[in-house]
Order: sequence, then C-alpha cells, then structure tokens
Amino acid sequence: MAKYLLLKHYRGAPEAVNCVPMDQWTPEEVQDHIQFMADFAARLESTGEWVDGQALSPEGTFVRYDGEGRPPVTDGPFAETKDLIAGWMVIDVDTYERALNLAGELSAAPGAGGKPIYEWLELRPFLTAPPTVTE
Amino acid sequence: MLDELLLRELTPAVTGVLVHRGADFATAEDAVQEALIQAARTWPDGQPADPKGWLVTVAWRKFLDARRAEVSRRDREQRVEAEPTPGPAETADDTLQLFFLCAHPSLTPASAVALTLRAVGGLTTRQIAQAYLVPEATMAQRISRAKRTVGDVRFEEPGDLATVQRVLYLVFNEGYTGDVDLAAEAIRLTRQLASMTDDEETAGLLALMLLHHARRPARTRGDGSLVPLAEQDRSRWNTSLIAEGVTVLQTALGRDRLGEFQAQAAIAALHADAPRAEETDWVQIVGWYDELLRLTGSPVVQLNRAVAIGEADGPAAGLAALATVDPGLPRYTAASAYLHEKAGDLRTAARLYADAARSAPNLAERHHLTRQAARISQALRG
Repeated sequence: MAKYLLLKHYRGAPEAVNCVPMDQWTPEEVQDHIQFMADFAARLESTGEWVDGQALSPEGTFVRYDGEGRPPVTDGPFAETKDLIAGWMVIDVDTYERALNLAGELSAAPGAGGKPIYEWLELRPFLTAPPTVTE
Repeated sequence: MLDELLLRELTPAVTGVLVHRGADFATAEDAVQEALIQAARTWPDGQPADPKGWLVTVAWRKFLDARRAEVSRRDREQRVEAEPTPGPAETADDTLQLFFLCAHPSLTPASAVALTLRAVGGLTTRQIAQAYLVPEATMAQRISRAKRTVGDVRFEEPGDLATVQRVLYLVFNEGYTGDVDLAAEAIRLTRQLASMTDDEETAGLLALMLLHHARRPARTRGDGSLVPLAEQDRSRWNTSLIAEGVTVLQTALGRDRLGEFQAQAAIAALHADAPRAEETDWVQIVGWYDELLRLTGSPVVQLNRAVAIGEADGPAAGLAALATVDPGLPRYTAASAYLHEKAGDLRTAARLYADAARSAPNLAERHHLTRQAARISQALRG
C-alpha cells in the first residue's frame, strides 16, 4: 500500500470544466456537494483506504524568521496570483492506478446545476519509510 | 504486568479451537480479538492459571453471542444448532493453516499483511493501524474485507509456503513504527513457521531476517539518519543474532535446495562475517548474486550485483555491469553515482548524487544522497 495526497485548490490548478464559484450555487447544491464529500470519505473508510481529510481556510500568510531576538515576519494576505490549497485528502491504496481513479471520482463532485465540477485535483505520492533490506 | 507476548502466541491456537468446533473463520477471529482485548484489560489484575483455556472460553462465548445476534437477524424459521458438530479440539497444524489462509493468493499484499498480523500475530487492530499509519477504523475495515475475500476458502485448504514467506518478508521490510516492532514480529512469526515446517526457504527467510536485524543498532544515527553499510560501527551489530542466522542458513544450505531467500541470506552472512567493511569477501558475494539472478531474473538483483562487481573487480567493471541494467530502476542513479566516484569521476558523481536525491523514494535516502552530493561538491571546490 502507498499513501497519496489529493489536493484541492482554491486557485492555481488548471481551470475546472464546471467552474462556477460556490457562493453562486443554490443552498441545495452546496449541501449536495458537502454530502458527496462525506459519502466519499465514508466509502473510502469502508474500503480500508481512508487516512485523513482536512479543509483549509483561504486566509493565511507567509512567515519567516527575522533574526535573533526579533519576532517572525509575515507577508500576507496572499497575492491574488498565489496557488492556494483549499484542502486535502490522504488515501492509502494498492496501486497508482487506484489513486488516479479515486482522484477522478472526487473530481466529479457535484457543483453548479448539480453537474460534476470536473475539478483538477493535484495528486502527490508520499515519500515512504526506508526498507529494512537494502542489498 | 500483562504478558502481551503470551497472548499473541496463543492467538492462532485459540482461533483453531473455535474453527474446529464449527465456527466460521471470520466470526471466530473477531471473537478471539475481543477475547484478547478483554484479557488485556483484566489479566494485569491477575493472569488466569490456564491462559489458553480462559481465552477459548471467553472467545467461544463471544462467538455464540455474535452468532445469536446474526441468527436473530436472519430468517427465524431456519433452525440453527447452538452447538455445531464437534471435531478434534485442535490440531498442531491449525496455526499453519491460519498462515496459509491469511496469505491466500486472492488477497492483496496489504490485506494479507494486515490479516496475518491480526489472526496469526495476535496484534490488535489499533496496533496494526498505528504501525501502518492509518486510522483504526480504516484498518478494521481492511481486515474485515480481507476476511470476506477468503470467506469461501476452506480452513483445511492446502497452501503454498511461498505466499506466506512473501507476506512475512513484507512485514519485516516495512520496518517498525509505533509500539510494536514489526521487524521483531516478522522474526517471531517466521520462527514459528520454520518450527512447523521443514522448509529450506522458510529457514533462509528466517536467516535473512536475523542477519539484517542484527545490524539494526548500527543502521541509524541518533537523529534518524541512515548509516551506509560501509560506515556502520560493526561493534554495535548483534553477534548472537548473527550466529543464529548463520547456523540456520548453513543447515538450510546443507539440504542443497537453494532458493532466493537462502541466497539473499548468504549475501547478508558474508557482510556480517567481515569485521571491517574493507575485509568483505566481495568476490563470493558476486557469486551469490549470480545465483540469485539465476533464481529470480530480477532487475533489482542485477543492479545490486553491478555494485558488488564494482567492489570485487573495480569501478570500471561495475560501471560496465551497470550499463546492462535498466536505468529506470529505483536507486540506479545512486548506484551510478557511487561507482563514478570510485572511478574518480567526481563531477559526474556529484551531479548523479544530486539527481538521485531528487527521485529518492524516502527522506532518509534523500538526505543521505544529498549529503554525498554536498561532500563531493565541497571536495571539488576546495
């Protein structure tokens, strides 16, 4: 089994096919979308593939060290052009093909008009633990 | 103090008793799990005089409860016996049958690992989940699904030892995380398997595990970084594990039925035999890689063999051997970097180490390769 990260973007991913912003959907469409995500997570738990899922606020900042004795320095809010992560799921699956298929299914989450969003999701493999046998 | 090891050792035998009483494997195994959890709660206050009898009694009771709940959900007109026809209480082969069942070819490797660790290893779902860094509910489902997959397999169905060896090798190779040391658990289960069968490859697998496990104290620094074999402090190697591994291997090799695990163990034994890296018998190691290649045809073996040739016959020979290997293999670039440095081509070596670091599959290797690139670059500058 290998772990993969599925990343949803507010901005920075190639444009989705059905890309109407969520605040312009009907309340039922929003609820359907949320239900889809919950059902997806539940299904993955039942298949033994679910690890984690989180949603991120669109607010945030860059931070860096500013020298000894000085407080850290921030650079925010984020520029309009910044690639912005909306949230993630972590899955543990047998094959890369399975990870692709699950990402494809998640990308079909319903949006405006109840139609699939065809959202571009970013798929990233985890680095693993080192094997015991090395020769 | 709870004797966790005793609980785990008794687990497969207790499951065997229930199955012989007519319980289906899936429900029996759940019942035994619940009995284990109850034991973990109550035994610290006083271990029963007959631990196995206690587990059987408690597990059987839980099995009947589960069965009654299941029956009441089904067609009430169907009459089901409370006590199925008894067979022999258990046989010595029960644990072996459980090994086969949990390693059944219809299972994916991950499912077989999880099911083996629970049903044969006696680990709890939580321990297995923690070891593989997934939530407990996810691992519970993975195990339930695995049991459904083998639901139609007869308990007595003969199995292939090779399938069990592969599962145990996986458990060993994935390393250790959490409270349970998976490598040690793999060794315990492989010892058990070896004691129940008279099989050279099982012995070879055990020897391989012992010989690698012996080096573990020297393999990582305090900060978790990897120490390559050539740099390991060999005084930290566990000499009694090495001695045991060598004995097990020699007995197996004496049967003259060589297999891949025996060949891998022979290579590990040759490394373990060298008091210093410089005294390693690389020529013999190359010979064993030839055998391993003949047995498996594996590209990874080809790669490791090329590195060994580089040690035995010099880096030019190693690079020539490497040229016949698929450059797309993981660790190919790292091997090439290593041989180029030995050949004195430092600029190429530094570049290749940096490339290898980028595509390293785990952080420990990435850090190691980055350090090598940095080391050579610094030497080139200074």
